[in-house]
Amino acid sequence: MTTVAKATLRELWEQMLLIRVFETETERAYKAALIGGYCHLSSGQEAATVGTMHALAPEDLLITGYRCHGFALARGVPPEAVMAELFGRAGGCAHGRGGSMHLLDVERGYYGGWGIVAGQLPLATGLALGLVRQGREQCVLCELGDGAINMGAWHESLNLAAVWGLPVVFLVMNNEYGMGTSVERASAVTDLHRRAAAFDIRSERVDGDDLLAVVEAASTLLAAARSERAPAVLELVTYRYRGHSVADPGLAYRTPEEIEEHMHKDPINRVRRLLLEEGASDEELAELERAAGEHVAAAVESARADPPPPVSELAKGMYAPGSAAQFARMLAGAPFGERELVFAGGLGQ
Amino acid sequence: MSPAKTSPAPPATGTELMTYREALRLALREELERDERVFIMGEEVGVFEGAYKVTAGLLAEFGPDRVRDTPISEEGFVGAGVGAAMIGERPVVEIMTINFLLVAMDQVVNHAAKIGAMFGGEVRCPLVIRTPNGAGNQLTAQHSQSFEGWFAATPGLKVVAPATPADAKGLLKAAIRDDDPVLVVENLAIYKERGEVPLDPEHLVPIGLANVAREGTDISLVAHGFATVRALHVAERLKRDHDVSAEVIDLRSLRPLDVDTVAESVAKTNRALCIEEGWPSYGVTAELAARIQRACFDDLDAPVERVGMAEVPLPYAKGLETAAMPNEDRITEAALATLGLRA
Repeated sequence: MTTVAKATLRELWEQMLLIRVFETETERAYKAALIGGYCHLSSGQEAATVGTMHALAPEDLLITGYRCHGFALARGVPPEAVMAELFGRAGGCAHGRGGSMHLLDVERGYYGGWGIVAGQLPLATGLALGLVRQGREQCVLCELGDGAINMGAWHESLNLAAVWGLPVVFLVMNNEYGMGTSVERASAVTDLHRRAAAFDIRSERVDGDDLLAVVEAASTLLAAARSERAPAVLELVTYRYRGHSVADPGLAYRTPEEIEEHMHKDPINRVRRLLLEEGASDEELAELERAAGEHVAAAVESARADPPPPVSELAKGMYAPGSAAQFARMLAGAPFGERELVFAGGLGQ
Repeated sequence: MSPAKTSPAPPATGTELMTYREALRLALREELERDERVFIMGEEVGVFEGAYKVTAGLLAEFGPDRVRDTPISEEGFVGAGVGAAMIGERPVVEIMTINFLLVAMDQVVNHAAKIGAMFGGEVRCPLVIRTPNGAGNQLTAQHSQSFEGWFAATPGLKVVAPATPADAKGLLKAAIRDDDPVLVVENLAIYKERGEVPLDPEHLVPIGLANVAREGTDISLVAHGFATVRALHVAERLKRDHDVSAEVIDLRSLRPLDVDTVAESVAKTNRALCIEEGWPSYGVTAELAARIQRACFDDLDAPVERVGMAEVPLPYAKGLETAAMPNEDRITEAALATLGLRA
């Protein structure tokens, strides 16, 4: 078993707390209409999230699906930048263009949350191919949900990763439901990691609510990806407390008792007990909980104060700088409003 | 594989007569030589030397890392191109025909096209996808299509469609050096067309600039890709048989679209006939007609006319296929009707 240093364990617990409080606050803000769109919370999945992000080296690359608030936070994206993105503000990590599903932070090697189930898998193989071409001994962690493994992109991406020997670990966050459809109803094989056998790549299934087990499994597979260019599948069995999205009460396809049962095995409490065993005091831990709350409250305040992106920059970023000249001859006969909104709205900036 | 690279030739000048296919190959070779980040990826591009032989010889010259064969797995390797582009590589992905691009549609439209805007300009996707469209070889319904309008309809993508060997070289090179995802639409029938091609490795054709392929005064024939070749033949026929002076506008680029050049032409001729290989409904010619009527409302002496593929899945029997295509007879008849020379 990987030993995580006492100080580190405390830091990881703080990250887990931060994510839990952040998600709780996010749901509140959503219901207060401060956040719009789709919003997928990850409460209950903190050990899987924080454990894998701890194993991922700073120079490695990360790409995820749309349930990505926790991954962004655990990767070190400031809560202010994440909350500002959820609020649709200019200071958000995607400048208010992406929202909940499309967080990113290129400086931290996070190449985005993506909204189409399994769409990020082919991209992950491309990131890994790019690393190989550039002679970099790093790897890619590609997060996906249990629902994504039934998509064709899963098959194509794992096959390419195996055929080309790409340094990518596919992290299956098995939270037992793809939206409202249980794994049993969706997948012919319910031990999802066994699907990797079809591509002759290594795989492992681990209790995703056991932080130390997650760190160990992820560290091993990521190290092999880096040094041997060995792709792998890591299935982490976990559970989401909330519905598929904020709009889903999460009760049509599961019982309150089932949710309650999982809450009794809460991953944050499990680490809390470890910290107590290692000599932390209740007071110390309560102080950390309070600090997490304050941090998130500050992020909310910061997001509220952040201005929305100006309409004068509607088209900013869509095309690379310099593209405006290419589009200059497209104005004649353009649809109503195109000149003001798009051409004057930062096209090619 | 040992690189069979010869010593670099002195800087080339002038032009050389070559096929469209050879012009594409020259562009690829020059860009592979110029920039280590450029690599080719696709089905049968290496050992097989390309389904249409565009990449012939490049594997031997540049090796399997730069000329990468893929499994039949378009969604997988188009997406891999997108991902590699996101960290600064410059992939040139070949799709055997545009029909097969549909299985990678999600990666092109929902991923590549979204990267710049959706992430607020934090990441770019300098990806090139090359693929031929077109019909005419009895390839029937699933292998005879021209979908470039679908892609040109998507903000975030750029779409070019060279009609000559010179533009094939110049536009492909411009696409490879561009920082955005660019779809380069080639054409099966055009691969064997010959023309003078500038040898200067720095000769680029700017994206977003149409070309007046033939000057005229009576009617503007607006086309792209192989439809431009047809339009030029029709212009010749109109001159010879009807003493009509047709101007041919080769769009070269569909997004961005050079409406200025089209509008200038229509202001002069007062009549426009738009031609495409694909289905006109909701197509490139539909877009052109909408923009021309707005930009040239006071200039038009006749309704804007369109010719494209008959709106049926393409049949096998030769006679049916020919009838359905935007063949030169149909284009000529449409031009004469627009000119008021037919009922």
